[in-house]
Amino acid sequence: MSDVLIEFNNISKFFGSVIALKDVTMKVKKGEIMCLLGDNGAGKSTLIKTLSGVHKPDEGVIIVEGKKTEFDSPRDALDMGIATVYQDLALVSLMSVTRNFFMGREPKKGFGPFKTFDIQKANKIAAERMGQIGIDVRDPSQAVGTMSGGERQCLAISRAIYFGAKVLILDEPTSALGVHQASVVLKYIVKAASQGLGVILITHNVHHAYPVGNSFTILNRGKSLGTYAKKDLSREKLLGMMAGGEELNKLEVELKEMDRISSN
Amino acid sequence: MSLKEESIKGKIQDERLRKVSKLKVLLNRPELGALGGSVLVFIFFGIIAGDTGMFSAYGAINFLEVSANLGIIAIGAAMLMIGGEFDLSVGSMIGFAGICIAIPAIYWGWPLWMAILFAFSMAVLVGYLNGILVVRTGLPSFIVTLAMLFILRGATLALTRLITGRTQVPGLRVLIENDPIAWIFSADAFKGLFVWLGNLGLIALRTDGTPLATGIPASVLWWIGLTVFATWILMKTSYGNWIFGAGGDKNGARNVGVPVNRVKTSLFIGTAVCATIYACVQVLDAGSADTMRGNLKELEAIVAAVVGGCLLTGGYGSAIGAAFGALIFGTVSMGIYYTEVDTDWFKVFLGVMMLIAVIFNNFIRRRVTENK
Repeated sequence: MSDVLIEFNNISKFFGSVIALKDVTMKVKKGEIMCLLGDNGAGKSTLIKTLSGVHKPDEGVIIVEGKKTEFDSPRDALDMGIATVYQDLALVSLMSVTRNFFMGREPKKGFGPFKTFDIQKANKIAAERMGQIGIDVRDPSQAVGTMSGGERQCLAISRAIYFGAKVLILDEPTSALGVHQASVVLKYIVKAASQGLGVILITHNVHHAYPVGNSFTILNRGKSLGTYAKKDLSREKLLGMMAGGEELNKLEVELKEMDRISSN
Repeated sequence: MSLKEESIKGKIQDERLRKVSKLKVLLNRPELGALGGSVLVFIFFGIIAGDTGMFSAYGAINFLEVSANLGIIAIGAAMLMIGGEFDLSVGSMIGFAGICIAIPAIYWGWPLWMAILFAFSMAVLVGYLNGILVVRTGLPSFIVTLAMLFILRGATLALTRLITGRTQVPGLRVLIENDPIAWIFSADAFKGLFVWLGNLGLIALRTDGTPLATGIPASVLWWIGLTVFATWILMKTSYGNWIFGAGGDKNGARNVGVPVNRVKTSLFIGTAVCATIYACVQVLDAGSADTMRGNLKELEAIVAAVVGGCLLTGGYGSAIGAAFGALIFGTVSMGIYYTEVDTDWFKVFLGVMMLIAVIFNNFIRRRVTENK
């Protein structure tokens, strides 16, 4: 199939005697949001790092747009259009929106040794791009430190898209955000996917994943519990499949019981 | 629709963009503190010492020269600090560079220009070594360059005594006259202008009719030139953006493809080269090199950079600020002689000024990054 952007077949990763990942298989198509769910320690971080070229898998193959590929470094993955937005976002809060947006990839003007950073052009592009996602950058020369968490997340995503990402790997983009901010970011992710990007959304928050995801891969203790399309999976079932879902149900029952007793 | 068009044209302000006064924009600039400090210092001495000759051409050249000397190394230090590192070996590098010029020129018979080039290549080497040690080991630059401070000063002293049997190397003055490049560091500029002003009676003359202040010293031009160059780099080039990024968050910068190690290493080379420019100016001015020259200058350079708005944690600061930090330093250190105040108090002033600057900078940083 031609619209599969990236495919993982039976990926395993070992650290010494520790099995961090075992036989994980998944794929992401164009325009699809694939949610990768799992509790802490399920192997999410290891999987992202394998996806983005930080770790090399010990077993299994990565197939990018139909071609078997090996990533030697994060740069390799980036060159193939696989961009990862980590939790720290790679933003410098003391620097302006524009300077952050183009950090490491500044637009130039002029010749030879007098080549300069074209700030005007950069300001324009940054403001435009942020405007497109409905974030009014009040002033592109303001420091990133003045932006809210959601706005920063969107800036990092928008930067990755501007520089040619085909597959976006988002590491817990909503974990540090409030309800409203999280919804702004999720809306943007949906928009990005609708433009033909493949998105891998890593989260442990089912309530954030379920409304936006097209398919769901659940990781538990280094193994995949399978990939499910949305229509085959209810929110409750998804919750239950995540480690801890069962415990939460139990807790709920217990709380109800306590309620009943105290109201008597 | 029409509203959207208009907002694109910029006619309608974004409703969330509060009208910010020019003053508030200025308040967020790193160099503001040093600028305001300079103004205060000039007002202070204008009142206290306005009629003592401090602000005559001769007096002004005096305090500008002191400021310029410090300014040259402060700008290198400021760039490095913005890049997130320190260099404590600057002072020792000054002494070392001086000897690198004097010994080949006097004892080995090299032409002066070759000795100067030799000193600069040694500076590149020392800077490179500092940089590589810091980025490869991941140790704090404070410790690495502190070690270099002792190594360089010790080597300077030991080698000089080994080769010359003394700790000073005099006799350079005669070599300056016919040298093709020595004038870059020693000549006075605009001499004609000063003679003209002297003839008009606008500036003081010696008894033989030549002006007391003969021209703008080369160090002042270096100071201004380096400030302009550094500011251009910081504000207008990609490399400048990388310096801010490397200092602000080196992992973040690295993740988006900034060659952080190369940036930092080049900045260490920058501070060593600035120290060597300082050494050239001093050695050619005095006509001799001294192994103890530049002692404690690294700390003065850091004071000037911090007063100029550089954050100790990196990622924020300005070269213009550092230049003004040096101006404050030079003006007060010379101006104090024109007042009744005992010069012993100068260092007290220096310390207090630095404290105020750091507190002020902290406040500015919070303003810049606070979540609105």
